[in-house]
Amino acid sequence: MSYISLSDQDKKEMLDRIGVSSLDDLFCCIPDEIRLKRELRLPPPLTEPELVRHFETIGGKNKEHIHLSFLGAGAYRHHIPSIVDYLSSRGEFISPYTPYQPEVSQGTLQVIFEYQTLVCQLTGLEISNASLYEGASAAAEAVLMAERIKGRSRIQVAGSVHPQYREVIRTYVKNLAIQVEEVGYDDKGQVDIESLKRQIDNGTSAVVCQSPNFLGVVENLDRLSEVAHQNQALFVAVVAEAASLGLLQPPGAAGADIVAGEGQSLGLPLSFGGPYLGFMACRKEFLRQFPGRIAGETKDVEGKRGFVLTLSTREQHIRREKATSNICTNQAWCALRATIFLETLGQEGMRELAYQNFQKANYALGSLSAIKGVKRKFGGPVFNEFVLEFEGGYKKVADHLLSNGVLGGLDLGPFYPALKDCALFCVTEVHSKADIDRLAGLVEEVVR
Amino acid sequence: MSREPLIFEISAATKKGFALPQLDVPEKKDALAGLPVRAAMPGFPQVSEVEVVRHFTRLSQANFCIDTSFYPLGSCTMKYNPKINERIAALPDFQGSHPYAPQDLIQGNLEVLKTLEDCLTEITGMDAITLQPSAGAHGELVGMMLIRACLEDRGDPRQIVLIPDSAHGTNPSSAHTCGYRVREVKSNSNGTIDLDALSREMTGEAAALMVTNPNTLGVFEWDILKICEIVHAKGGLVYMDGANMNALVGKFRPGDMGIDVIHLNLHKTFSTPHGGGGPGSGPVGVKKHLEPFLPVPIVERGAAGYRLDFSRPKSIGRVRSFYGNFLVMLKALAYIHSLGAAGLKEVAEIAVLNSNYIRKSLEGVYHLKYASPTLHECVFSDKLQKERGILNIDIAKRLIDYGIHPPTMSFPLIVPGALMIEPTETESRRDLDQFIEAMKAIAREAVETPEVLKSAPHVAPVRRLDETAAARNPVLRWEGPKE
Amino acid sequence: MYPKEYRFTKDHEWVKVEGDTATIGITDFAQKQLGDVVYVELPAVGKTLDVHQTIGVVESVKAVSDVYSPLSGEVIAINEDLNNSPETLNHDPHGKGWIIRLRLKNKSDLDQLMTVGDYEKFLEGPAS
Repeated sequence: MSYISLSDQDKKEMLDRIGVSSLDDLFCCIPDEIRLKRELRLPPPLTEPELVRHFETIGGKNKEHIHLSFLGAGAYRHHIPSIVDYLSSRGEFISPYTPYQPEVSQGTLQVIFEYQTLVCQLTGLEISNASLYEGASAAAEAVLMAERIKGRSRIQVAGSVHPQYREVIRTYVKNLAIQVEEVGYDDKGQVDIESLKRQIDNGTSAVVCQSPNFLGVVENLDRLSEVAHQNQALFVAVVAEAASLGLLQPPGAAGADIVAGEGQSLGLPLSFGGPYLGFMACRKEFLRQFPGRIAGETKDVEGKRGFVLTLSTREQHIRREKATSNICTNQAWCALRATIFLETLGQEGMRELAYQNFQKANYALGSLSAIKGVKRKFGGPVFNEFVLEFEGGYKKVADHLLSNGVLGGLDLGPFYPALKDCALFCVTEVHSKADIDRLAGLVEEVVR
Repeated sequence: MSREPLIFEISAATKKGFALPQLDVPEKKDALAGLPVRAAMPGFPQVSEVEVVRHFTRLSQANFCIDTSFYPLGSCTMKYNPKINERIAALPDFQGSHPYAPQDLIQGNLEVLKTLEDCLTEITGMDAITLQPSAGAHGELVGMMLIRACLEDRGDPRQIVLIPDSAHGTNPSSAHTCGYRVREVKSNSNGTIDLDALSREMTGEAAALMVTNPNTLGVFEWDILKICEIVHAKGGLVYMDGANMNALVGKFRPGDMGIDVIHLNLHKTFSTPHGGGGPGSGPVGVKKHLEPFLPVPIVERGAAGYRLDFSRPKSIGRVRSFYGNFLVMLKALAYIHSLGAAGLKEVAEIAVLNSNYIRKSLEGVYHLKYASPTLHECVFSDKLQKERGILNIDIAKRLIDYGIHPPTMSFPLIVPGALMIEPTETESRRDLDQFIEAMKAIAREAVETPEVLKSAPHVAPVRRLDETAAARNPVLRWEGPKE
Repeated sequence: MYPKEYRFTKDHEWVKVEGDTATIGITDFAQKQLGDVVYVELPAVGKTLDVHQTIGVVESVKAVSDVYSPLSGEVIAINEDLNNSPETLNHDPHGKGWIIRLRLKNKSDLDQLMTVGDYEKFLEGPAS
């Protein structure tokens, strides 16, 4: 298949106008000795029907969809209203570039403005950017931002922050003068406040915690924020499951200075990990240190309301090496999907979604932890995920579930040696009571 | 045309756009006790489904896009996005796939990743590829981290990265985010890297040179072998910004010519849609000596199928969650499979043909600072029109009235008043000619009726917007009904 | 155009000295180059500056410029009006658009600066 729109006649006439005799002549500026003299070795071209069959065959090698799945851990299965796919696939949304020319990009710009408003409402903070790549790099950007604001070189990161987010933070700060220290969790699965108090001092720029955390436990953000602020450090709250914001206290209300998170739950399919949606919000006073694009409201020469990208002097195309981030292309289309998702659900829908997740997960936790040999690992409150400990290890449970077409929770052994017999289960609104009962039944079979 | 209201302005309590099935587990009301629960969200919208559909449909109609308009935004490669690729990326086997699913159950995904890696190593001539970076700038940052890790491993991380004055702003910013200081290298009168300047700047302190090829002027750095030699002789590495690789596919392989690291933009060269500013994907290719440092995980092909390898002791670590923007990669692979080797080479050839056709047709009408031959894009300026007070922004805004998206103006910084034009290969003769005629008409208007340009656009959804007011008094969210 | 009693730098800052106090701003040429100023970042009062140290940043919509101190000394006042009305810098760059006042540490720093005649010549020359 080819997507060229020129006829042979066009090509000939255009070459004539340019004054060269062949397409190859147009490449005369590449010295002959360094030009590729052979065809690339790539698979042969396919027509559309062949292409569809080819990818259906490869897709068929994925065997996951036949399973009932209780995997979460930073990627969540939620119902996505049909209009999210329908509206977001319009060419006017999917095919433009970053809205550099506001007069012909009002659609994209107003969507960003609405998205920023929604993120502020959800997080309880004053300003939001237009999106970042995904949750882990958003957390890393928050750490860099805190260091710029505070000028202090150490950060305290909760060990219950998603392991991948912690890894990415470490990768980002490795070449800068920033040291990462981890804070352990207590038997409720929450940040160990006493350890935090011991580790934090006036060299700390930020305390970074996630809620609900990677162990499924909802943190006491008020208390964490207090400890951070007592030491004049910033409090960075990470949110990996954005659906929780429909029910739980917004981090801004608990005193978070920066919120960084993953918006995949807001209308993005699992997609084997991407594209997802990094979101970030902060207090107004930190605007000048905020990374990423921002849309703002203004007027045109006739006084009509319109939207533009603004405060661009923070960004790489103007400030170059002094920019607040190197980010250019972000996840605008994913932010569009989140905007459609949130506006469709509305306030009541978001609360209902979150509430059902909470009730179903707590029902599942109750059923599963009632089984002999299965123990709820942490006492702290949970949202839609929880950790179970299995007497005799998790592997045989996982295998039994799999052989019955069920994907159980995530084995935590590889992430936390101390949790080698534990697994993290996720239950959302997509699971029916029958699904949960089936899971519990199968677990009971193998543990017994 | 009246402007579409903000969704918050048409919201009212009790309206509904969505319903979930009744909760089917026994409800435990007391479970909420002890949980920090939020109060209501004031202002959060409540609208009906049809209101949402009309809202976004009307908003979409206020956008220019490739499906409706010629979009010669230089350096951004605004080519047509084939629709079949969207269909493939929407296949439930891929879209419904959880990133933590056991590897035996996701062999299809891993095959996609490995096949795309193979295709991109062949196209670039590099030895290995990481698909993880989320966009071009992310790729640059990963590339810088790889270079730093490699030099540290040799015991000499160095402090400085050299960047030509024609470079895109992400280059210095990415180097800085990796802890490097930036030193600028001047361009010569051809618009290419000045070899003498490079030799002077390339000291033992310099870790790398970041070179865009063809550069932001569309000019091929024809001394690239020499450039690599100078950098390598002083123990540095050469990073190629591959944002313009669409001009070179099938014609030139950076990996054969001394480039150590390169990033590609799948959303440019490989046709995946820009989405109004992402998601993109910025794979990074490296030569053998940098392979041990690639981010985790890596896909390995073995006798028992594909495996993700997480244990790589010299790796720079993880650069984002999971494995990159997988669905974007899937679209790019579908594109490569559609075109094949000959088709991809034709992409480069026709992109260069279209660009040179525009250049030839507008030479003399607009000023061209550099006479060097160009590939896929050309950079004019407003120098001729400026004498009459007309700036590049006036020309750009007037193009909107002709139904055409403006060219890039914010860089390269070495061309004041730049108009960077990149038509791409997918445009028809008719679209190219209409653009050329519009540009000529605007040049005439600049002389005859300059006020028409100064007040343009005249037929867009909004007139020229006050960006100064937006920055002086930032209004960055809806804060409730206005009095 | 440019006040006779002021001194100037190649980075387009101006200095007005009264006793051991120096008022510093950016020149009319500089504000025109930047365009509509939207934000001025000011230092803290009490900060001590060396010659050529960054005082702050002046931003327009599409450009940003560091402002360097032409002199060494301690910041004794900043023009807080610029926080709310950055446009003052465009309207009256040599007067109400001043940026900081400095207590001079070293009067001989002034010897390095251009007189108004030198500055006007500098602006006409190719270097500008």
